Amino acid sequence: MSPLALFESIVAFRFMREGLTQTLLIVLGVALGCGVIIFMSALLAGMQANIVRRTLNYQAPIQILAPDQVARSLREGGPDSLAVQIQPRSQQLRSIDQWQKVRADIARIPDVIGVTPVVSGPGFARRGEATKSVTIAGIENETYFDVIALPDKIVAGRHDVGPLDIVIGIELAKDLGMAIGDKMSLTTAAGVASTLTVTGIFDFGNKGVNERNVYVALRTAQNLLDLVGGASSIEVKVRDPFAAETIAQGIRASHDLEVDSWIKTNAQFFSAMAAQILANTLIRIFVGLTVALGIASVLVVSVVQKSKEIGILRAMGTARVQVLRVFLIQGGFMGLTGSLLGSLLAWGFLLLWRGIAKNPDGTPLFIVIIEPSLFAIACVGATFVGILAAIVPALRAARLDPAVAIRG
Amino acid sequence: MADEPRTETLRLAGVRKSYGAGTPVEVEVLHGIDLSLQEGEFAALIGPSGSGKTTLLNLIGLLDSPSAGQLFIAGREASALGEMEATRLRGRAIGFIFQYHYLLPAFTALENVMMPMLAARGRADAQMREAAARLLARVGLTPWCNHKASDISGGQQQRVAIARALAMTPVLVLADEPSGNLDTENADAVFDLMRDVNETSSTTFLIVTHDPRLARRCDRIIELVDGRVVSDEPNSDVVRRGESASISARTASPTPR
Repeated sequence: MSPLALFESIVAFRFMREGLTQTLLIVLGVALGCGVIIFMSALLAGMQANIVRRTLNYQAPIQILAPDQVARSLREGGPDSLAVQIQPRSQQLRSIDQWQKVRADIARIPDVIGVTPVVSGPGFARRGEATKSVTIAGIENETYFDVIALPDKIVAGRHDVGPLDIVIGIELAKDLGMAIGDKMSLTTAAGVASTLTVTGIFDFGNKGVNERNVYVALRTAQNLLDLVGGASSIEVKVRDPFAAETIAQGIRASHDLEVDSWIKTNAQFFSAMAAQILANTLIRIFVGLTVALGIASVLVVSVVQKSKEIGILRAMGTARVQVLRVFLIQGGFMGLTGSLLGSLLAWGFLLLWRGIAKNPDGTPLFIVIIEPSLFAIACVGATFVGILAAIVPALRAARLDPAVAIRG
Repeated sequence: MADEPRTETLRLAGVRKSYGAGTPVEVEVLHGIDLSLQEGEFAALIGPSGSGKTTLLNLIGLLDSPSAGQLFIAGREASALGEMEATRLRGRAIGFIFQYHYLLPAFTALENVMMPMLAARGRADAQMREAAARLLARVGLTPWCNHKASDISGGQQQRVAIARALAMTPVLVLADEPSGNLDTENADAVFDLMRDVNETSSTTFLIVTHDPRLARRCDRIIELVDGRVVSDEPNSDVVRRGESASISARTASPTPR
């Protein structure tokens, strides 16, 4: 038996059909409210995902470094002590002590899905007369790509690096006029140089990274940066990037190492994101309240208009709870249909936005994520808000004294 | 009225109703009503406006509760029931016909008749539809089954209201000026219909009326004045005593129609 054959649904739908104009108006109001919420949420989620994706393209969620070297005073401090000024030490490139053991420890953490050692330091890329300063990253072919999706970003050549290979960014290749198979010289500040063959060119979609980063084999970088057998950092990928700081804190607590999460290193971005989320939440709350008040006001009017009919229904043996349900169904239905219509509106708008909002090069200005769960949540939420909004008018209807209602 | 023993449909024992109880402005509108209606009786309740007829009808219809006294419907003490039980008993045992038909305008004639069954059973089914169609046939409205209640004439609307009152095969039908809004021809037709139902199904009718013509056609006339039953006798006795003119005077009402 269809739920539409139930007494309460039959009466509820007839009441709504009877006041069709006000039903349509409120459904439209709910649709607009839901549409705005879905559109804004999709845009915000897209923007966040876009920035997160772009950042984590080239940056590991967690980076572990050797602790900073600290200069300590030889004198004990005290009331009689002389004023002592301690000059901070300059930091040398150092390897993480027993990095293999640290790597093994980190790999055992449940949420960690990739761990790789990196030897990283400054250098100069030279071709003929042209010189560019670069950041050399010595990588381990077997594990690095579990952490950084370099293979996906290769636009020419290949991603894995042999002892005499180098993978460079598209901007650096342009600046130095390099192509696959060309040779270039990589020199460190200490004067150690190596001639390497360009075997791959990448594009991370970030000019600075495309200009600066170069990838060589771990052993090559160890030799160039005088860090034989060492690793200047261990880069870690975690299942949920937003849990990176919590995991980083755990590592920090168990190892005497400097552990940076991408959340900490991109603090400004995260505070901007938090402000956006707060603004979006406030908008959602106010739109939700407006929708609820709209539904409630329409139903309050309906209860007044239909009080005689409610009285008759009660006289015919309709229980208070049945009258209550008649109005709750109306509230829920207005929320549900309004949100379904709103979902359709938002979906159309998002597609339109995707087509219109483009960069001059034709790439989308925002990556809009049309997540089905967002629509589902909006519909369930709006139905719930509709039912909640109907409670007060429904109680008023249920409490009507039939004798008084009939007499009018 | 038949002479064989019949079961009691309604009994009121010392029923009182006050408004504003416990306040300085407490007003008692019914002062200890004792009344009994047997199965199949067709009784008129007459009296001037403000005599407490509608209040009494609301109490009997379980739309209101007495301040004191007992009320029995089909042998069950209804005055002791809680709100939910009273609603259930009202739905099952009592049918209402009002001066104005009060049909639900958004529903068809058939759906209006189905409504009490639907409220009691919770969901619509084919049997319910058939039962409602039979009732509409009985009041001569088969061709109007699927017309909206708002699209049929006043007389037809009141006949639908009668069919609706009979939907749950009640033991008691309470009619509050059922022909008050109708012309003489329609008023007679509606009255004939109620009389026919009463005779064929032994349903007890209590009819509030200001129409002396209709009151004279009832088997029993109960007169209420200032919240008290001042006379209660078979109509045949009244007619035998030649008090028809008196009935006209007693039912005459200044109430606007």
